[in-house]
Amino acid sequence: MSTLVIADHNKGELTGSTLSVIAAAKAIGGDIDVLVAGKDIGGVAEQAAKADGVNKVLTADNDAYGHDLAENLSLLIAEVGKGYSHLLASAGTVGKDTMPRVAAMLDVAQVSDIIGVQSEDTFVRPIYAGNAIATVQSSDSVKVITVRTTSFDPVAAEGGSASVESVDSAHDAGLSEFVSEELAESDRPDLAAADVVISGGRGMQNGENFKMLESVADVLGAAIGASRAAVDAGFVPNDMQVGQTGKIVAPNLYIAVGISGAIQHLAGMGDSKVIVAINKDEDAPIFQVADYGLVADLFEAVPQLEEELKKVV
Amino acid sequence: MKVLVAVKRVIDYNVKVRVKPDNTGVDLSNVKMAMNPFCEIAVEEAVRLKEKGVATEIVAVTIGPKVSQEQLRTALALGADRAIQVETDEDVQSLDAAKMLKAVVDKEEPNLVIMGKQSIDTDNNQTGQMLAQLAGMPQGTFASEVEVEGEKVKVTREIDGGLMTVSLKLPAVVTTDLRLNEPRYASLPNIMKAKKKPLETVSPADLGIDVTPRLKTLKVEEPQPRQPGIKVESVEELVDKLKNEAKVI
Ligand SMILES: Cc1cc2nc3c(=O)[nH]c(=O)nc-3n(C[C@H](O)[C@H](O)[C@H](O)COP(=O)(O)OP(=O)(O)OC[C@H]3O[C@@H](n4cnc5c(N)ncnc54)[C@H](O)[C@@H]3O)c2cc1C
Ligand SMILES: Cc1cc2nc3c(=O)[nH]c(=O)nc-3n(C[C@H](O)[C@H](O)[C@H](O)COP(=O)(O)OP(=O)(O)OC[C@H]3O[C@@H](n4cnc5c(N)ncnc54)[C@H](O)[C@@H]3O)c2cc1C
Repeated sequence: MSTLVIADHNKGELTGSTLSVIAAAKAIGGDIDVLVAGKDIGGVAEQAAKADGVNKVLTADNDAYGHDLAENLSLLIAEVGKGYSHLLASAGTVGKDTMPRVAAMLDVAQVSDIIGVQSEDTFVRPIYAGNAIATVQSSDSVKVITVRTTSFDPVAAEGGSASVESVDSAHDAGLSEFVSEELAESDRPDLAAADVVISGGRGMQNGENFKMLESVADVLGAAIGASRAAVDAGFVPNDMQVGQTGKIVAPNLYIAVGISGAIQHLAGMGDSKVIVAINKDEDAPIFQVADYGLVADLFEAVPQLEEELKKVV
Repeated sequence: MKVLVAVKRVIDYNVKVRVKPDNTGVDLSNVKMAMNPFCEIAVEEAVRLKEKGVATEIVAVTIGPKVSQEQLRTALALGADRAIQVETDEDVQSLDAAKMLKAVVDKEEPNLVIMGKQSIDTDNNQTGQMLAQLAGMPQGTFASEVEVEGEKVKVTREIDGGLMTVSLKLPAVVTTDLRLNEPRYASLPNIMKAKKKPLETVSPADLGIDVTPRLKTLKVEEPQPRQPGIKVESVEELVDKLKNEAKVI
């Protein structure tokens, strides 16, 4: 038994999500190798080699993999993945895009978004927006899996000393081309990995008012999220959407401001350790999951919150 | 050009599901069913392409039991020209769904396939990508903008870091994200007209597909309930609790 973990990286850094995927691989058991694919990824490979529990790091440094195009990456993963019993990636947009192609190529099922490992072939995953938890067993010879990274504590980033080998493989399927990208620039922690998240909903009324949340986030070192309604209304960009069909977060502290608490939103933050809700409607469903609920007008409560927090942190 | 849209019958997104007491699945008896919201967006996009004169024919396809014809009729009422049902009472897993769609693609030879990025029941987010692989097509997943330009389609995708635009050779598969469009409602006259549009039924066997589940659901359980929380009276009390009780700040 052996697992190949597909590394996620961003701007030349290995992301924390990869450390959580390695943790899931450890729970499965067997040797763990990590594949780092992309352009100019030497630094990422070095970081992956230091992660706890990694046996070997394989690098595929090629233009064809520079923009995470699924058509090319899936060919690489299917080739390098030969001989492994498990192929694991995070359930981020790259993993979601690429792994089903790999599964189809290998003629096996994919187990999406696992939150637990029961044995080498049995996994736990949420269905119906997290309102039901399914335990599924795979009978395929190779298990292709995406991992909900908030459900696995990351392995230590330091301490390992894996070997690094480059694989000489350049697959360009010739089907797709990168045109451009518009990436959110932010000095804040990554939403999916932040310790504290403060999110705004339709109650925020406009994008300008999100500045109030930014001021609180500055005090707490928090990331900022949003409900779908706030994204659809154009208050904030899509990468801030938390929920069933957006990002899954599980911080120590989640503060929901002007968010009603639809099941699709709860599916994305319900595993947070402590949930705070600020809403003027005392019957808002968000209060059913909130550890601390404050019935108040957010336009008064949020500036006060900033002041009070400044006194104690 | 011809556009194929795949639509799936799922539980209505407003319904909170209940797990069956014997833990074999969720109780779908007597719950409201509807077209998967992402599939509605797929149909809408196809209809807009037709209105722009880019698409000439829209074929809607579903895989599911007889009643899922309801969702095909909805697609027809929204503007699809004809429909194909692959009728089965089996639990069709993503890979098999993709294989059946591939068989339909081989027969229909669409230039573009539009489907949802995920279905809100199993939340797999797989079928479009699997179909693309099986059919040897490129894919534009999580699309928030689709623009057909000659032999190519430009797709803007919602990714973790923001937005990314790719150019794909046609034929291609596009899977929809929430911001692609706002689906219209079917008008009554269109609902009536849809009843007369052609709907063809085939079986998985007709397509040469043998449905073999690879994943066995061992059990389905309720999630762990959260401990009930409290209401605080003021911001001061809130901050005090966060600091001294929950100790998270
Ligand atoms: C297929 C599908 C997928 C979806 N995916 C997601 C998803 O991933 N994430 C997601 O979030 N949603 C998702 N949704 C949408 C979801 O169903 C809700 O519509 C959405 O979460 C509502 O956002 P909201 O709570 O901001 O808005 P609303 O439900 O409109 O709530 C606004 C809240 O703000 C409060 N408020 C207003 N003014 C004030 C004030 N001055 N002070 C205090 N409180 C105030 C109101 O009392 C209200 O409770 C999805 C829906 C579908 C159909
Ligand atoms: C009647 C019935 C009962 C089922 N019961 C269970 C169950 O209890 N437990 C279980 O684990 N699985 C069950 N399944 C199977 C499960 O729904 C499959 O995993 C599913 O068909 C594949 O979709 P997905 O969720 O992987 O789709 P995703 O990959 O999340 O869907 C993406 C898109 O693919 C397209 N698509 C997917 N499926 C279809 C389809 N059938 N027809 C047309 N387009 C489609 C749609 O455009 C959709 O938006 C059932 C299926 C059916 C038909």
